[in-house]
Amino acid sequence: MRRKGEFLTFDFLTFNILARFVVGFFGLVTLLPFLLLLLNSLSSEHAVIMHGFSFVPQEFSLAAYRMIFNQPIKVINAYAISIFVTTVGTATSLFFSSMAAFVLNRKNVRYRNAIAFFIYFTTLFSGGLVPYYFLIVSYLKLKNTIAVLILTQLFSVFYILILRNFITHTIPESLVESAKIDGASDFRIFLTIVLPLIKPALASIGLFISLGYWNDWWSAMMFNEKENLQPLQFMLYKMFWNISVLGQITGVGYTNPPRETFKLAMTVVATGPVFLLYPFVQKYFVKGIILGAVKE
Amino acid sequence: MRANGGIISELKRNSVLYVMVVPVILYFLVFCYLPMAGIVMAFKNFNYVQKIFRSPWNGFNNFRYFFVSGKAWLVTRNTFMYNLIFIAAYNFFSLVIAIFVAEMSGKLYKKSAQSFMFLPYFISWVVTAALMYNLFNYEFGIVNNILKSLGKKSIDIYSNPKYWYFILPAIYVWKWAGFGSVLYLAAIMGIDQECYEAAKIDGATVYQKIFFITLPNLKPTLAIMILLGLGRIARGEFDMFYQLIGNNGLLMNSTDIIDTLVFRSLMGTLDFGMASAAGAYQSVLCFVILMLANYTIKKMHRDYALF
Repeated sequence: MRRKGEFLTFDFLTFNILARFVVGFFGLVTLLPFLLLLLNSLSSEHAVIMHGFSFVPQEFSLAAYRMIFNQPIKVINAYAISIFVTTVGTATSLFFSSMAAFVLNRKNVRYRNAIAFFIYFTTLFSGGLVPYYFLIVSYLKLKNTIAVLILTQLFSVFYILILRNFITHTIPESLVESAKIDGASDFRIFLTIVLPLIKPALASIGLFISLGYWNDWWSAMMFNEKENLQPLQFMLYKMFWNISVLGQITGVGYTNPPRETFKLAMTVVATGPVFLLYPFVQKYFVKGIILGAVKE
Repeated sequence: MRANGGIISELKRNSVLYVMVVPVILYFLVFCYLPMAGIVMAFKNFNYVQKIFRSPWNGFNNFRYFFVSGKAWLVTRNTFMYNLIFIAAYNFFSLVIAIFVAEMSGKLYKKSAQSFMFLPYFISWVVTAALMYNLFNYEFGIVNNILKSLGKKSIDIYSNPKYWYFILPAIYVWKWAGFGSVLYLAAIMGIDQECYEAAKIDGATVYQKIFFITLPNLKPTLAIMILLGLGRIARGEFDMFYQLIGNNGLLMNSTDIIDTLVFRSLMGTLDFGMASAAGAYQSVLCFVILMLANYTIKKMHRDYALF
């Protein structure tokens, strides 16, 4: 940061030129693929077949998008699943995680450290994929349900502990103690005093949880074969790599049915919300990272 | 009897609190601890009828095949090798970007670049694979277009393993460096400003400030990050490998990691013996390495240890 009275010295200039170059390079390299994706999704299929994907699309065309919105049922269904799973999952996760964090924070709970270690141990050792798979499919019979999409990502030890630390730092013992003296039950204290006070942490952690749910394609891949129970990212995955019959592509009326551009347009549609929300939520994510990084 | 009385009275006294934490305990019990019991599958000849606990034991047979076939060595080597490269590249570039951003002038330039750099963190690996397709596809990809227009031959990265030793780390950095630079920036912000003031008075150049103040102060952060990364060296980025490479047989030997092997054996070839043996192998390996990593961190900086 340029401090007051700093002279335009040689080292300052060379450093800034170098910095702008390096930082600019990374900025460009991260932005460009998305721009190219968008631009090429707006190209005509003909141009892509003739010239391939390019920086400047030769022919503008909305054919790919038109195809998607002609038969939007699958997309809408996938969106609905994703939105449902994300909202219900995030709300549930936040509520019970912060509740657990509150309990783990209370000094008068004798076994809080044991419980904390109990959940923490799961990050050190796991049973692996195979038993997990059979547990869910054979024993819990959760195959082809919406519940499984929510359950696989429901709780993260990391977030619970971050919330616990946040509670330790922002909620004074005395506040809780005086509420107890006034006769409030622990649950009431949690609901009316703690929850409102940890809103910033809930916002940041909530965003991370939401992102996890939104981008989850693995749960559907493992457990949900029924198409109407598949979330957006998994649907995109299948459509992009022609895994299921691309039933949407009816070649009728198209000389060059948009296959390649269709894939790109589909990707844009699947990622759209993330991009639209990004400018608004970016700073909360940054706050969240710092929350997690700074230990007590 | 005395101990029992202790537990019960404790539960009674804080009953509401314990009930409040039951959902979370239950969740981890069911979804994390029960599968741990399922590790016995690795020592059994699993069949659907008798399920996990009634299938016949077959000792170390599953493991024997896993090791003798050379698969164990192959996937372990790949997992460790790629993770090592990832750790190095990720920390290096995150650090470099953070230092530049911290010291450079030009607020708008910085902020926009940072916003862009953070973007890849938000997309799924499905979308990342789509972007890669856009760039590297043999017929239509932009990279090949540029090569063709320069008069060179197209390259088919999807049939040539050697490109991936470079591509995978590059994409890993592309995806995570934005995130990592925020971490290092937070650490840099935590450095005592007085040192910098004093240095300025002494007429230090920017480079001197970086090499003599910033970097030394970041050593603990860097060390922790590297150690934490090393602690997870036995666990691969499944999402990344599966999305970018899929079931490409040509790239299998050079890019198959433990996680993708387990997944394929479970869901594809239905080789439960291999899948469970490899999975158990990975869990134990992970555990041991994590313990070592944590022990090392503890020796350096007590508070940063995992526990």
